[in-house]
Amino acid sequence: MSPTTTRVRRLIAVAGATGLALAITSCSSERGTRQASAGGEKTGTFVFAAASEPVALDPAFVADSESTRVANQIFEGLVSIKPGTAEPAPGLATSWSQTDDGLSYTFQLRKDVKFSDGTPFDAEAVCFNFERWYNWNGPLQAENISNLYQLVFAGFKTSDNPALTKGIYKGCAAQGDAVTITLTRPYGSLIPALAISSFAMQSPTALKQYKADDPGASGDVRRNEYSTAHPTGTGPYLFESWEKGQRLTLRANPTYWGGKPKIDKIVVRIIPDGTARLQALQSGEIDGYDLVAPADVQGLSGAGFQVLPREPLNILYLGMNQADPLLADIRVRKAIAHALDKQAIVSQTLPAGTKPAEQFIPPPVNGYADSVATYDYDPAKAKKLLEEAGAVGKTVTFNYPTGTSRPYMPSPEDTFVAIRTQLEAVGLKVNAVPEKWSPEYLERIKAKTDHGLYLLGGTGIMNSADTFLGIFFGRKTVEWGFEDKKLFESVAAARSARNLAEQGEKYATVSKELMDLLPGIPVAHPVPSLALSPRITGYVTSPLAAEVWNTLEIKG
Amino acid sequence: MIAFVARRLALVVPVLFGLSLLLFVWLRLLPGDPARALLGERATQEGIDRVNHLYGFDRSLPEQFLLFLERLARGDLGSSIRTGQSVVGSFFERFPATVELAVAGLGLAIVVGIPLGYFAARRKGGPLDHLSVGASLLGVVVPVFFLAYLLKYVFAIRLGWLPTAGRQDVRLDATHPTGLYVLDGVLTGEWDAAWDALLHLILPAMALGAIPLAIIVRITRASVLEVMNEDFVRTARAKGLTRAVIRRRHVMRNALLPVSTTIGLQAGALLAGAVLTETVFALNGVGEFLFTAVNHLDYPVLQGFVLFIAVIYAVVNLLVDVSYAVIDPRARQR
Repeated sequence: MSPTTTRVRRLIAVAGATGLALAITSCSSERGTRQASAGGEKTGTFVFAAASEPVALDPAFVADSESTRVANQIFEGLVSIKPGTAEPAPGLATSWSQTDDGLSYTFQLRKDVKFSDGTPFDAEAVCFNFERWYNWNGPLQAENISNLYQLVFAGFKTSDNPALTKGIYKGCAAQGDAVTITLTRPYGSLIPALAISSFAMQSPTALKQYKADDPGASGDVRRNEYSTAHPTGTGPYLFESWEKGQRLTLRANPTYWGGKPKIDKIVVRIIPDGTARLQALQSGEIDGYDLVAPADVQGLSGAGFQVLPREPLNILYLGMNQADPLLADIRVRKAIAHALDKQAIVSQTLPAGTKPAEQFIPPPVNGYADSVATYDYDPAKAKKLLEEAGAVGKTVTFNYPTGTSRPYMPSPEDTFVAIRTQLEAVGLKVNAVPEKWSPEYLERIKAKTDHGLYLLGGTGIMNSADTFLGIFFGRKTVEWGFEDKKLFESVAAARSARNLAEQGEKYATVSKELMDLLPGIPVAHPVPSLALSPRITGYVTSPLAAEVWNTLEIKG
Repeated sequence: MIAFVARRLALVVPVLFGLSLLLFVWLRLLPGDPARALLGERATQEGIDRVNHLYGFDRSLPEQFLLFLERLARGDLGSSIRTGQSVVGSFFERFPATVELAVAGLGLAIVVGIPLGYFAARRKGGPLDHLSVGASLLGVVVPVFFLAYLLKYVFAIRLGWLPTAGRQDVRLDATHPTGLYVLDGVLTGEWDAAWDALLHLILPAMALGAIPLAIIVRITRASVLEVMNEDFVRTARAKGLTRAVIRRRHVMRNALLPVSTTIGLQAGALLAGAVLTETVFALNGVGEFLFTAVNHLDYPVLQGFVLFIAVIYAVVNLLVDVSYAVIDPRARQR
């Protein structure tokens, strides 16, 4: 090797280093211009950051919020949700009626609606969808595949599992522009349930052509060709492409029957880390993300971003496991209820706008009782009750989860600390048992009997007390540790009420009973919110998070 | 050389088998039930039992392991219990992002680290030396995720020079034949896309490259100092060789041996660092997917991905050994 080559090499090294330095410095100008053009020329693209990749695009198989968010743009059900509320409203059905026995529902269908593949939406298509769900078998009956169908319709045409053969669906009849769905027994929440995206109407032609119920090459029905590349509905947006792990693109549906989308293109990109979502919004790379951490709300609104609260359709409660002898005593449970200063818990640990809870269901839900037994914050009364029960100075186990943030429970560690202080103030000792949310904590609460007080809750998937009282108190569970046949029967009766009005009354009675039995203490209905760039207008939040993006606009 | 590579490759097989077995047992000793993690807070016991049955988690451990091996022999690693995606498919979908990141991070560390270490050694005790030693100490001490957030805050949010997350602006409709976005842009001639992907790589590469960079600087510096004091360097000088030739042929060639070993060992640390870097920068690579899988006790994904990563680690170290043999002829005979 000659000295010349050395010199050449040195030159290359220097050039490389200079190039790198130039690249780093010059990106300032480049970045600046690109952002300016994105804002100035109205690109017509709404970029939303999802916390995880949608599991599937066939809404019938999914219940996770990221899949549902996309499905709400592509698909519509017979029943929709009145924007800004949790109320059922006409969707692909313009009206409906039911017989007095609650066994038959007739839907008048919207005319001149087409699926995005050009095939007509009609009565036959509706029945095709209902029959499709009812005929699922084998692996399609697994809890993680057809979870919501099982929750609402309770069973299939045939099943190896006897518990899944007693469904409520009986049949579907098409008569011109109307469809009649008959049930084997009444189910009071059918109308709100049909607004769930899992029961959206899909194109029979596309379902058949792309073998929607076939596991396909991946061996899983959620990953087959239909569900990953050809979801076909009647909604304001069409599926365009899905680059796994990176982005999912939707286009405005040119033949949409309703309000035409004002934004041509939607890109959903995946940013799992909460801080990374916040930073991407701050730097203008995305236009919005959901479930803003309570700690970030002020900073975002201060910097001109929109933080839109949703009316909460959820409940955070303090459970009291009655398998624990101490908590089996109603006097101790009442003492704990009087020891809690819910207002303080709310203002110290939950998002702004959150209201303390009095029942296990949130106020907008059908079945919320007019008045129930309340337990005001009264430490003196709490102490007296503990004395009566001989429980002063006793140690109570308190389980709480770590490393999780749920819409109904944004910061469980903080909530735990607030409650512990209040319990200690009335003379109870607290044995704190923190555990990782999943699976350790869930397993402790749901499958093991050695938990005491615990924090848990739920978010409603429809405007029905079924998704709260029905799920929490429908039967004996390890979680609550008590057996009360009368209560379980009342819940079952409310579930199978003949109509919404009757169901509301029945659940209101259950809700009243519950606040006398006091299996736990409803703490609050935390307000979830989503953040948007200042350039987006027209976003109407929904308590069910069922927002349809055809109302969105990009300001110039 | 071929025999050497073949021998090394043959050694990899028992290592992978042992690793699979260990991992298999260890995963199942973790507390918790994947079906419960999957179905969440409102799952019923029947639902959990059915899912466990569906995925075979209710069978005995040896039975499950045999089934796993049998599938593995067919090249089938199963599919994710969370998303239903096939493990092999999702690995290769995400692998390019990780490769791009690792190459950029390690490349940065090598390109900057070796010259820096070399010049620090040549001017030992000088300001450059003190600066590089101090900075490399900092590089090792600062946790990757902290550095990542700090870089993002300074360069992306305050200064607005670089993007905060992702691999490319999603508004660009770029085509991706290979999945390596920078390369894709170059291949397809979409220069704006290549440039954009490169900009997205800078901060993650800096965050990921910080630790290897610091280590490479220190090892290079120490190694060069040591070699410069060797007798053969004095002899070479006495022979009247020019300083450039001594540096290239005698000092660097010998000093690089420990450095190349270090780089090979860093490949493992790099993959571990990629888990954090990919999560913070939303790169949707292998590491980030692994992170989610741990949280959901997604056995098939964890098992498959760790196996893949072990293979990569083994191959990288094999390459390092080969490079060793190239740099140092003595290694070939061993």
